[in-house]
Order: sequence, then C-alpha cells, then structure tokens
Amino acid sequence: MDAISLLTIFILSIFVGIEVVSKVSAILHTPLMSGANAIHGVVLVGAILVTGKATDNVQLYLGLVAIVLAAINMVGGFVVTDRMLEMFKPKKAEKEEVSK
Amino acid sequence: MTPTWVRVAELLAAVLFILALKGLSSPKTARRGNLLGAAGAAIATAVAFFYGQKFYGGPVQHLPEILIAIAIGSIIGWIAARRVQMTQMPQMVALFNGVGGGAAAVISVIEFLSVHSESAAILTATIFTVVVGSVSFTGSLLTFAKLQELMTSRPVVIPLGRFVTIGVAVATVVTAVALILNPTNSLLWLLLGLSLVLGILLVLPVGGADVPIVISLLNAFTGLSVAASGYVLNNVLLIVAGTLVGASGTLLTRMMAQAMGRPLTNTLFGAFKKRVASSAVSSEDRPVKSASPQDVAIMLAYARKVIIVPGYGLAVAQAQNTIRELVELLVAKGIEVDYAIHPVAGRMPGHMNVLLAEANVPYEQLKEMDEINPEFPGTDVALVVGANDVVNPAARDDKSAPIYGMPILNVDQAQQVVFLKRSMRPGFAGIENEVLFDPKTSLLFGDAKDSLTKVVGALKSL
Repeated sequence: MDAISLLTIFILSIFVGIEVVSKVSAILHTPLMSGANAIHGVVLVGAILVTGKATDNVQLYLGLVAIVLAAINMVGGFVVTDRMLEMFKPKKAEKEEVSK
Repeated sequence: MTPTWVRVAELLAAVLFILALKGLSSPKTARRGNLLGAAGAAIATAVAFFYGQKFYGGPVQHLPEILIAIAIGSIIGWIAARRVQMTQMPQMVALFNGVGGGAAAVISVIEFLSVHSESAAILTATIFTVVVGSVSFTGSLLTFAKLQELMTSRPVVIPLGRFVTIGVAVATVVTAVALILNPTNSLLWLLLGLSLVLGILLVLPVGGADVPIVISLLNAFTGLSVAASGYVLNNVLLIVAGTLVGASGTLLTRMMAQAMGRPLTNTLFGAFKKRVASSAVSSEDRPVKSASPQDVAIMLAYARKVIIVPGYGLAVAQAQNTIRELVELLVAKGIEVDYAIHPVAGRMPGHMNVLLAEANVPYEQLKEMDEINPEFPGTDVALVVGANDVVNPAARDDKSAPIYGMPILNVDQAQQVVFLKRSMRPGFAGIENEVLFDPKTSLLFGDAKDSLTKVVGALKSL
C-alpha cells in the first residue's frame, strides 16, 4: 500500500483512538489500560510475519524470541484484564460463583 | 498478493479492537469489550499465516518453530496472568507492556538486518520502533522492579542525572540520524544499547506514587512502536491497532495525571527539581497517640457517621473481607458508613474498586473523592486503613512537598481520625504525614488484617 494511504489510516486511527476512550469513568482506568496493553499484543502478527520469511539463523532465533514476547503480551494481557473485570459482574452472578 | 479474505479478516479484527476499547470505557460493557478484543487478536494471529507467496516468498517458513514459540509465550502469559495476586496487577501490566515493546523492537531489528531497505521513510519507521520499543521495554521492567519492591520505590537521582539523561537522549537521536544516513549494523547495535539505557534513565527518577502514570505512558509508547512496525511491514492492521492504543493510551495517561493533579512533565522530571527540606524533625522524636483495638471499637460504636479510607496496606494484608465484616457490623448498629475511594487508592487509578469488588463490598458504599470530601467535617470517625499519601494534607498545604497538588481525601477535617498502620514508615511517596501527629488522631499499629480482626472482635463483645 502506498505511503499516503497508510498515513490516512494512521491519522484516522488517532482520532478513533481518542474518541472511543474519551468518556471512560475513573474506576475503569486500570482495566482500560490493561485492555489496551493486550491489544498491542497484536504485534505478534508482525513477529510471525518476519519469522516466517527468516533466511538465516540469527533472524530465526530473534524472530522466535519476538514471538514468545508478543504472545506473552497478548495472552497475558487479555487474561489479566478479564480477571480484573470479573470483579465488576452484577451481584447475583457473583454470589453463585462464591457458593461453588 | 495477500488474498482478499485475509484482508477482510484484518478489517474485522480492526473493528473488533475499536469495539473493545469502546466497550472497556463503560462498566456494563467492559468485560464483553475485552473478549471482543481477544477475538480480534485471535483472528489477526490466525490469518498471519496466510499472507501468501508475495510476502513470504513461498510457504511460511519455520512453521513448527513458530507454533511452538506461540504456545510457549501463550502458556507463560496465561499462567502469569492467572497466578498474579490482584494487589500485584499493576506490575503485571507493566511487565506485559514491556515484553510487547521488546517484541516490536526485535521485529524492527530483524527487518533491518534482512531487508536493507533504501527508503528513508521505512528506515525512519524502523529506527523509531527500535528506539521507542526498547525504551518501553527497559522502562517497563524498571517500573515492575519498583512496584514489586525489588528496588526502592523512591525517586532515584544519580549524580548529574539530568545531564546524563539529556546526554544519552541526544546521543540516541544523533545515532538514529546517522543510522538513517548510513545504515550499518554496528550503528544499529549502538542505537539499541543507547535506547535500552535511555528507558532506564527516564524511569529511575520517577517516584513511587507516579509509577502508574508512567506505566500508562509506556503503554502508549509501545502502541506507537507497534504502529511504526506496521508501517515497516506494510501491515495495515498493526498500524490501526498500534495507533489506537497509542492515541487512547496518551489520552488515558493525561486523564490519570489530571486525577492526581500533576502535570505529566512534573511526573517525569519532578525529582530533578531542587526541593526545600520540609519538617526537619524526625518522626521518632514526635509524640503520637496510639490506641488499642478496644478503644477503636468504642470510638466506632458510638459514632453516627464513619468514613473508611482504604489504601494499599489493606490490599497487601488481604483485609478486604475483614473490613467488609466490620462495616456490616457498624451498619447493623445503625451507623452510616461509606468508603472514600481516592482515584489512585491502591497502586493505580481504579485499583481499589477492583480489590473491594473482589470482597463483595456493595458498589453503592463506594464514594468517589469529590463526592465524599464535603462530608468529612460532619464525620465522627475517619478510619484510614493502610493509606497514607492520599490523606496527606501536605499535598494541599505544603508547596515544597513532592506530592503537592495531588488531590487528597480531607480526613484531617473529620472529628476523629484513626489510622491502622504497620509502622511509622512514611507512605509510597516517602514523605511525612502531619495528620499522624494531630491530637485528634489515634494510631493502631499492626498488620491491617490482624488489627481489623481484633476491632471486629471487640465490637462484637461490646
């Protein structure tokens, strides 16, 4: 894709990113940060792409390191966010969970 | 050519990420939002193997190794996220953020080594990713060390620190420019080293109470470096996801800094400013009034209105359930009880809400700072459990205090104040709290859970 198209996407994404979180309530600051943190774990895609075309061992090993790091970021990020948000469940569901 | 269905799947993933952030902004939809984000990430990862001949120059190479690496990373991430105590969550997020930044930096290093792109724009984006990703990596590891108390949480100012930091920052920029003009491997390694050091130098002088803001900032940094790596790899999804996080993370950082009443520059560079040493008298020489659990129980039992100020000490002692029990006893006696939640109670904005919700504390009893502050003068007892900095009037009155300007809970305006504390040790920000020495303040020393259990016992036997 040409540079101008990429720039367009970049600029529009900035506005969307600001817009969607502009009304967040203070109690959700931490989960939101954690969720956003998990989303940039999608760098895993980039790690897979460069490793999948690695031509020598240095590139391969570095790529595998990047994949492991990115996967930790992605999976750990979503799981820890879910654990935080579990606490915000409606009261009823919570009681059931406790009685189990 | 990348197949059309792959690009449609990427579009779907991008939309899911936007919906995820949107959902995470409201309590009702937050959990679903997170799951949407996870679904988007899963789709994006799955289609990464189908970019086709043009990208990979054939079938995907090293497929088994890639799958194993994904499995290893996923298992580590999963276990770490499941095992972590809720009190240690902030440093966990910092760690996850750091490895993400590290991954982005490594990707760009590989691209640099393998492609030798002639385009100045691509080179600039590559170098940007290396620098910002590395800063985020070491910076986040250091915030982890600070929060985990592997090192002091106080600001660390090395001699001539400001000049060392500026020097390294300038050297980084000069090396980056040189690298764009003359792309050689040795310059790349130099740049990588400088960036890693820069991340450490930037976070060292940040004081404990400001660390959450820095985590959020580094989170936004990682987002931007992911976006830049997307440009390097000509991948639209990475650009969109990285930019979304970069933009929303920047805004979130500003909101957090505002909640603490501290401009961002103050957070990052405050420790470099000369400080007037306030209150030269050391704490051991000054009288404080300590109380027994029975005294505290009596004070509470004969109050009409009690406000509980929970802090990190409560969380560390795992005393959330005991405090709920105490509050239930008081409410049963007809006493009006509220929890006053400071925006940064715990270690992060919103952290205390999570911790108390975990202990089934009714949501309606949690009052935010602006709502509860006018009620302190009409309150008989303010019970401060394991909090210190967020009730320190120095933030309101003492211009030389490092936390000056941070909004606080005005417990000093209550009729009586009871502190449950482990020791006279100052709070996370490392400064003395004058309320402790106020004649109307009583202190009950000990682990928050033990103390609360004793108070509950005393209350029951009254």
